[in-house]
Formats: sequence, structure tokens, C-alpha cells
Amino acid sequence: MPKFEYAPAPESRSIVNLRESYGLFIDGAFTDTADGRVFKTISPATEEVLAEVTEAGPSDVDRAVTAARKAYEQTWSRLPGKERAKYLFRIARLVQERSRELAVLESLNNGKPIKESRDVDIPLVAAHFFYHAGWADKLEFAGYGSSPGPIGVAGQIIPWNFPLLMLAWKIAPALACGNTVVLKPAETTPLTALAFAEICQQADLPPGVVNIITGAGETGRALVEHPGIDKVAFTGSTEVGKQIARACRRMHRRNTLELGGKAANIVFEDAPMDQAVEGIVNGIFFNQGHVCCAGSRLLVQESVYDEVIASLRRRLVTLRLGDPLDKNTDVGAINSAAQLAKIRELSDLGEAEGAERWSPPCELPARGFWFPPTIFTGVAQAHRIAREEIFGPVLSVLTFRTPAEAVEKANNTPYGLSAGVWTEKGSLILWMASRLRAGVVWANTFNRFDPASPFGGYKESGYGREGGRHGLEAYLDV
Amino acid sequence: MSITLEGARDLRGFLHGLPGVDRVGAEARAAMLAGRSIKTTAKQWALDLAISMIDLTTLEGQDTPGKVRALCAKARQPDPADPTAPRVAAICVYSDLARVAAQELTGTGIHVASVATSFPSGRASLDVKLADVRYAIAEGADEVDMVIDRGAFLAGNYDLVYSEIVAVKEACAAAGGGGAHLKVILETGELATYDNVRRASWLAMLAGADFIKTSTGKVSPAATLPVTMVMLEAVRDFREAHGRQVGVKPAGGIRTAKDAIRYLVLVNETAGEDWLDPDWFRLGASSLLNDLLMQRTKMKTGHYEGPDYFTLD
Repeated sequence: MPKFEYAPAPESRSIVNLRESYGLFIDGAFTDTADGRVFKTISPATEEVLAEVTEAGPSDVDRAVTAARKAYEQTWSRLPGKERAKYLFRIARLVQERSRELAVLESLNNGKPIKESRDVDIPLVAAHFFYHAGWADKLEFAGYGSSPGPIGVAGQIIPWNFPLLMLAWKIAPALACGNTVVLKPAETTPLTALAFAEICQQADLPPGVVNIITGAGETGRALVEHPGIDKVAFTGSTEVGKQIARACRRMHRRNTLELGGKAANIVFEDAPMDQAVEGIVNGIFFNQGHVCCAGSRLLVQESVYDEVIASLRRRLVTLRLGDPLDKNTDVGAINSAAQLAKIRELSDLGEAEGAERWSPPCELPARGFWFPPTIFTGVAQAHRIAREEIFGPVLSVLTFRTPAEAVEKANNTPYGLSAGVWTEKGSLILWMASRLRAGVVWANTFNRFDPASPFGGYKESGYGREGGRHGLEAYLDV
Repeated sequence: MSITLEGARDLRGFLHGLPGVDRVGAEARAAMLAGRSIKTTAKQWALDLAISMIDLTTLEGQDTPGKVRALCAKARQPDPADPTAPRVAAICVYSDLARVAAQELTGTGIHVASVATSFPSGRASLDVKLADVRYAIAEGADEVDMVIDRGAFLAGNYDLVYSEIVAVKEACAAAGGGGAHLKVILETGELATYDNVRRASWLAMLAGADFIKTSTGKVSPAATLPVTMVMLEAVRDFREAHGRQVGVKPAGGIRTAKDAIRYLVLVNETAGEDWLDPDWFRLGASSLLNDLLMQRTKMKTGHYEGPDYFTLD
């Protein structure tokens, strides 16, 4: 038994007022479905049913798009930028005011540790709205001509790994640029998006500017293929992204895609070792590895391999896995049974391919979906666990000898979303960054986000950028 | 980490070959650990442990035998209303008052620590510094808190810093009863960078320090969480390389129970639980003790007592 046993320190759930069931948020009000059905949404940590939500049918999608179109033509696109900005500032402030509630709700429905939803997700949500509120009346200075106009109605589909943050990445720039939106949150994590609908009401946002329709793949397909939308923005798996890209091409429809990744986190022999180990941990175990830009491939210079692995193992023993609402939890629950099955399948495959699997001693809760932090050593580029996105707390460790080899291996993937470089040598950081084909290259850090910094991928990681000046382009008619 | 001095041609080469510390990353890690939530039973345990780790300190020009006697009484019985409150680890005074403290603490198991080597600046000849150490030991100190020559360290004269510590260590070893325990104060507030903190930690440990200590308390900033974390990483790595465990003592600026518990979490998750013991971790402080006692009473009775219910030393 450990000497210093941290007593449970759960964040209270009482701040969250869940309704028994939720309708669809269309034209500024919650409405029942016309042709869909209802389904239950759960807490992945306990499998407890949290609420009933609605799966929107085709006519619901149609109503939402119609409402968005009307709002676009009659109000939102006609409002001066400085007026749009006021709404966005108001939303940002409301997110801050309700931050504790939103954090608890996010952790309940997603399974991520409260520490992360409280300190990372929700503050970034507010930051995205604040940042884009600032752009709304300055778009003519964004570098896209003297009077860049909006596109129209955006259909937006977001994933379950950062439910409210991905909503903010989609809605904030769209609204700042004068577009209206129909957004579909992920099937397993609809609750914070529905809380956001309430925030839109609180902010007196004109009806129809934001419409939120819950549902699964079919609802998403109906949205993507609806003739009334002008643009599709999608964040999710590469597989679904390809289907959406094909549909959009067929319909001559604009689209931006932010898809999977298999990022290399590259540790040189002269790295600040303790911080590099933290960066490896943060790169792959942050949010249970449910991060498209996760540092899932660790490339270690062979000369420090033993030392890095020993330090990493020692560090992993201190990771605290368990109740997402406990303030001391570092690693929470896997988001769904389906995702857990996928992680298990790929991990078993890694073993079968001959890689060595290691996890720290750690007890998994009996109920819910859980997977221990896992490291695979002895991984080669030829292994599937070095190539395929696992989207879980599983790290594949490879080695390299020279900077050139590190670049070669890092780029040898169908993806290109992010990369990390760890060295005390500034010139090597720049040399690497100019050669790595990844949308984000972090130097001596990992998984750091800021609304002013554009985010997006190369190759199968997608196209278009979100955040920063570059991200505005996706929502402007340029 | 396989770092040993053997094989490195010189001390400078060795110290400069240690892995760097990234400031942003180190501070982020320390801040994350500071966010740990220590409640109920864990808090009770931590409060008692923190009390037992205190080096109860007075290092003022105005110190008198009367003041030191009062402090020793407090050390023996921190909370007159609750005899179950643990005793502190040591009393820390200037060398000329070590005898008073030693007399007051005879038979209690509470250590007598004396600062020495021209504390706090360390600006004196080696002879004077060694005389100071011998005097402190002769007056009854069984722990010596020396300061390093920061000027020499910053000038890159590592050999000088090293040889001074070795000489003080020898003077400590010459004391009776197994020798006096040597704590080496790095005065991290004057070393400025975490790289320097790491190098000075290794230098002190290689020279024979039993403990490495952050600060004199006379320079701001004194102890901080990230500095202490870098030192805890150093003792952890040093034990792995050399098989010898060295203690850590943050000192100065630790005033609240909340602060103290943050340090214990840092110890637990950086060096590990082997260091969660007054033999291996100390808190140099004065006003901290009463806040710990106040929180302790709150945990037991469910309500806070006013400051007048806790004794001033």
C-alpha cells in the first residue's frame, strides 16, 4: 500500500441539472423530432444512463437547415461585424460563468478527467469565442481582400474526444465571419452541445443562427448531403472524412476536414529529459490518447533509449487512473465500448506482431470502459501499431540514429497532423520543423493549443486550418 | 540515469553534461502537482507528516537565549491543547545559540541544526568558515546547514565550491557520535536558472552533502515548487547512479499548510515515497507550524480556532 494514499476528491455533480430528455435545438428552441427517434446517452466511466437524446431524422435536418438559411439571410449576414462580436463575447462570458458545470458535464459524458475538462477544454472553449469575437469586426484586415463575405450555412460535424472544444472550433469562426450553422455533435457525447444551446438562448442569439441536431452517422450523412448547405466542416476519423470528401466533391460543396494522425514525438539525446518524459506522457496519455494529434509514435535517439524508457516507466507508475470526476485522476475512461474494442484489437495485434507490451500495475474499475496506459517497445515502421491510429492510451516506441533518419521516419506515414521535437539545441528544432510534414510542430512541449494558432493536417490528416487568421479562410467567401 | 563523476574528466564537463531543464515544462509540471486535491484522511496524514518534518527556525540578529528557549518549548510541545500533535524534526539557529537549543532539547530526539560557513552570504575565508562549523558542532549542533559560495559557482569555479563542501563535510565527520549531518544550502534564488540548480545539486551531492537545501531565507525568491522539484529529481537520479540517498530541504517562504502539502505531493510524485520521512525531507520554516496546527485542529474538531488558541514562540 502506498504511504501517501490520496483520499477520493470528487468534484460534485450537483452543479449539473440534467433533463430527462432533450429535443433538437432548431430555430432558437428545443423541439421534438418529426421523424427521428430517441436514444440514451451514458457515462462511459460507469455505463450509467445520463439522459435521453434525440436522433434527428431527414425532415429534422431539413428544418434545421431551413432555419439556418432564414437566419443567415434575414439577420446574421446583415449584422455589422461589431454586432456579431457582441454576441460572441456574450457567449464567451457565459461559458466562463458556467465553466464548472460544463466541465463536470463534459467529464460525465465523455469520461475525461475533470482536471482536463476544467483546466484545458472549457478555458479553451471560452478563449476561442473571445478570440473570434475580436475578429468579427476586423475581417477586412485578415488578408482576404477588403470586404470578405461569409459563405452561408455551414454543416458541421464534430467528434467525441473534445466535445465542447470542437464545437467552439467550429461555431466561433463560422459566426464571427457571418455564417449560420447546423452542428451535429458526436453520437456518444451530445450533452455539452445541448448545454451550449441553452447558452445561445441565454445570450439572446437570434434564432436559427446556431442549430444543434443530435444523432449518429445517418443524421450526419443527411446533413452533409442536404442541398441547402454551403459548406461542410468535419472533424473525425479519416474513414468518414473520405466519405464526406467524396460526397462534397459530387455536390461541388466546400469542405474542410480535420482527420486522424499518427504523430511522431521525437526525443534527441540532448533533450531536457525530465520534461521530455512529461511531454511523452502528455502526448499520448492526455485525454486517454483520444487526441487526433496525439504523440502516438515515440521516436527516441538510440543513444538515450534505455534511459528514456526507464524514466518513462517510472513515471507511468505514478499515473492515477479512475473516476473522471476525481480531481486527482490523470487518466479517465475510454469513451465507448466500440472504441475500447478497437484499442484492444490493435494492441493485441501489436503483441502478435512481436512488439513488447508493458503497462504499469493499475487496477481497472469493474464497470465502464477502461484501458491501462500501455507502451509498446521494439516497434518497427513495418508494424501496424506504428502506422494505424489507435486513438487510445497506447504508445509505440521506435528508435533513430540521426536527425535525418528521425525526419524520414516521422514523415513516413499517411498522416501529417502534428509532431514534437525535444532537444536543447535551437538550431536543430528549426532544422527539424522545416522538414517535418505536419500541420503543427511542437518544440519541447506537446498538445498545447491556442485559438491564435492555426491547426490542421497534411495528407490523410485532412485539409483546411482551424484557428488563427488562417482558420478564417474556411468561413469566408474568398 | 547512468550519471557518475567517474569517467568524466572534470567536474565542469560532468556538470555541463547533465540534461538541461526546460523552464516552461518544469514549471508546468510543478503547477500540475500543486493542483492535487488532498482531502480528509490524506490531509490528516499529510499535516502530521509535515509537522514532523519542520526545521523550526529562527535566524535573526535579534535572537536571544530567551527566544531560542521559547522556540524549543514549542518544538517539544507544538500544541499544548493536544498532546498527540507530533514534534518537529529540528530547531535551526545561529551557531552561538546552538548550546541553548541543545540544552533545551536534550533527550527529546529533536535535532539541533546550526547554520554555518558565514551564513547567509558565505563570503569569508575557508578558515573562518571551518572555524564556524567546528564552533557550531562544539556548541551542540548535530546538523550543520552550510551555504555554498554562489559567487564561485556563478564564476564557473566549481572546483572551489566542491572543495569547500568537502572540507566542511570533513569537519562535520570529525564530530563525535557518527558526525554531524551536513545540509548544503544552494541559495537557488541567486543561481537564477534551473540548469544551475540541477548542477549545484549534483555538485553538492558529489562532494558529500547529506541534504541539499534550497535557500537561506534571506534572499527572494526562497523555496519554490519547481526549484524543489528539480532538486528532488537530482536526488532521485543520484541515488540511482550512486546508491546513496540524499535528503532535500526547501526553506523560506513556506507559510501555509496548503503550501506544505503541495511539497509533500511533489516529493511523493517526483523522488518517491522513500523521501516521505523526516530523515529525508525537511521544511525550513517558522510560521508554518501554527498554520499546520490550526488545520490539524480543524480536521479533528470540524471548526477553526482563532490564532490566539495557538501559542506564539
